[in-house]
Order: sequence, then C-alpha cells, then structure tokens
Amino acid sequence: MGRPAGAALAAAFLVLGAGAVIAQSDPIATRKGLMKENEDNAKIVVQMMRGQAPFDAAKVDAAFAQWAETAQKLPSLFPDNSKSGQKTRAAPKIWTDKADFDAKAAALGKVVADNRDKAKGSVDALRAAIPAVGNTCDACHKDYRLARQ
Amino acid sequence: MKKIVIALVLLAALALALAAGWVLSAPVMPQIVLAPYSPDLANGRTMFLIGGCSSCHAVPKQDDATRLGGGLALPTAFGTFHVPNISSDAKDGIGRWSETQFIAAMRYGISPSGEHLYPAFPYTSYHAMRTEDLRDLFAYLKTLPAVSGAVPDHDLIFPFSIRRTVGLWKLLFLDDAQFKPDPAQSAQWNRGAYLVNGPGHCAECHSPRNLLGAVIAGRRFTGGQSPTGQGGVPDITQDKLHDWKVDDYVEVLDSGMTPDSDRIGGPMVEVVANTRQLSDADREAIAVYLKSLRGK
Repeated sequence: MGRPAGAALAAAFLVLGAGAVIAQSDPIATRKGLMKENEDNAKIVVQMMRGQAPFDAAKVDAAFAQWAETAQKLPSLFPDNSKSGQKTRAAPKIWTDKADFDAKAAALGKVVADNRDKAKGSVDALRAAIPAVGNTCDACHKDYRLARQ
Repeated sequence: MKKIVIALVLLAALALALAAGWVLSAPVMPQIVLAPYSPDLANGRTMFLIGGCSSCHAVPKQDDATRLGGGLALPTAFGTFHVPNISSDAKDGIGRWSETQFIAAMRYGISPSGEHLYPAFPYTSYHAMRTEDLRDLFAYLKTLPAVSGAVPDHDLIFPFSIRRTVGLWKLLFLDDAQFKPDPAQSAQWNRGAYLVNGPGHCAECHSPRNLLGAVIAGRRFTGGQSPTGQGGVPDITQDKLHDWKVDDYVEVLDSGMTPDSDRIGGPMVEVVANTRQLSDADREAIAVYLKSLRGK
C-alpha cells in the first residue's frame, strides 16, 4: 500500500468516524432520518399493495430490514438533551413515560420480525402483513408524536 | 341618602341581570317529532366513523373502538372534562335513551334530564347533521357492546362548573341551523362540506378558539390546539397546503402518509383510523372540499 492510498484510507476512516460521532451527538437528526426512511419504504410497499408498482420481494425485505433497524435504535435516540430543537415533533411524554415508549419500540421490532418472511412471499401476503406493522407505527405516533405545524 | 339610593339601584340592576341570565340560560327541551323510520345501519356506521365517536368515547388503553365506556380525561383551560359512557349499557350508557333524546343531545347539547351538555362534546358541529343520519347513527350505537361503569364528573373551574353558564354560551355561539348545500358547487363538494363541517367536526380542532372556548368563525381551519393539551393542530387551509393535490388529501385520510414522506401524529392518528374505513367516494368528497378551503 502506497502512501497516497494509505492517506486516502485514513481519510476515509476519519470521515466514517466523524459520521458516527455526528449520529451519536445529533440524535434528533438521526431519528428524523430513520423516520423519513421508514416512510419512504412504506410508500414503496403501499404502491406494491395497491398494484401501482410490481411486487418485488427484495424491496419488501429491504423495507423490513430498515424498519427492524429503526425499532432497535429508537430507544437510544431520545436522550435528555434532545427534547427540543430542529423542529422536533417528539412529544414531552416520551421522557415521562419512557418505559411505555420503549415497549412500543419493542412491539414494532416484534411485529417486523414476525412478518418479514411472510410478507416477502407474495403481494397477498404483503397485504395481510402490513396493517399490523402500520398499527404499531400509529400506536406510538398517537401518544408520542405531536401534530405537524 | 344618595349613596343608599345608588346602592339600591345597583343591587336591583344586579338582581335583574341575574334573573335575566337565569331565564336566558335555561335549557329548553326542543320539540322533536319523528316519523316512522327503518334505520340504515351501514350509514349509521359511516356516521360513527366520520363522527369520530370512538376517538373520545372508547375506553382508553384498549384497542376495541366499539367499547364506548368513556373515561378519557380532556385537560382544557376550563378544567378537566371526563368523557362519558355512551355505550348501549342501560345504567351507565345511553341504553335507555330515546331517539328524540339522542337528537336533542347531538343537535342542541341537551341531556335527557334537561341539562346543558358542555360543548367539549361537539354538538356545535353535529347540529348540522341530517335527521336521518342521526337516526341511523343512534340505531348503530345501540348495536355496539354495553360497557358498564360510570365516569367521574367533570372537574371544572368556577364559573364554568355551573352548567347554566353553557346556556349563555349557546346564546352567543350555537348556530342551530342544519347543513344547507351550496347550489353553486358540485354534489361531491357538498357531500365533502357536509362530512367535514357536520359529523366530521374537523374545525373543532383545526381552528383557534376565543377566550370563552368557542371556535372563531372567521378563522375556521387555520389551526388550533390539541385536545390532549400537548402541541398544536395544523392550519389545513390553502395558506398552508397550497402544494397539496386532491389525491394527497385522499392519501392522508387513507394511509396517514403526507406528500412529503411524512406521517400524521397525535390525535389525528385516531381520525385516520376512522377515515380509512370510509368509502373511496367519501374520502374523495372530503378531499375536494378541503382543497377549496381558503386561508386568512
């Protein structure tokens, strides 16, 4: 490995490391990014369910994988220093009812894990699986997300 | 001597004002005469969904939207309202109510015992509902499970704790006209206008209120405060939603997804849980009407 390549690799590690630090120090941006991805994936899946896009098992799997990641990360993305700023719509109740909030994140993880393989099977199976996932999203948003302004 | 006369005059004026207030605030049981009718339960369910009955009256912290045992606490500037039991239970719910009593409550905010109901119950919107729709809704509610258990009384601050104050409030703010279609608009628009302003009571949350808690007529749909006490409710006029197409409104009422890859939150989640069960035609009618809402 020559010096330029080594330098590039070192630079790459620095950038990656900085990215990780930003993710940790900016939980609001991180969770907003995850939620945006959740919804983008939801749109892809809903279009398949409605026959507006062809059924694609790989895209369904990718959606479930991303939702699983969200469920796993959610409880750690609401530290005490992230109650306000960046137009967050996180409800104050998250920090007063944290145990229930975490339980709802766990419920999402479970419903995603339980339905991932089924949903990949066919568009009918996808249609059958998605409402349970959507209900889990809504159950949490109802209590812990404020309305848009 | 002069002071005594002034005092007497003031006392007399006060007594007169109190007497006038007492007379004016008296609940008047409306005369409702109903012809024989066979209710349409499917339409009753539609009214139940668009009316959002379960959003407030379903027993909290359980998933069955048809268990209308009440008990939800609504914190407001006037104190805390405890949502009553409207299940078909004969003792604690509305199982013994007559059809006319139900219509009196929905349209005029008067209970079967002849008391004023507080306008946290949105009869300010429900009054616009067609008699047939109210009868269908009543028949549908009777088919839902009886849930026993009374809820606590409202815990309100003086003077709102006196129900007669609602009588004066109604003189100021209750419009008792039923919905009148606008002949210049399409049937679809009128259906949407009816669903939104009557049973849907959308403006009750999506509008600012005055100091006495009444929706400010000139600012309907320009945004308000959440009934949960946490956060606000957005402006849904074209001031805010000018980029939305009719299909975008249909989408949000069906899946909760907004055009910018966002998702509704807070109490609107429960609204969408209901609107997604409406017919496509009704969602489209609502969307067409909402798209026509001008801003300030």
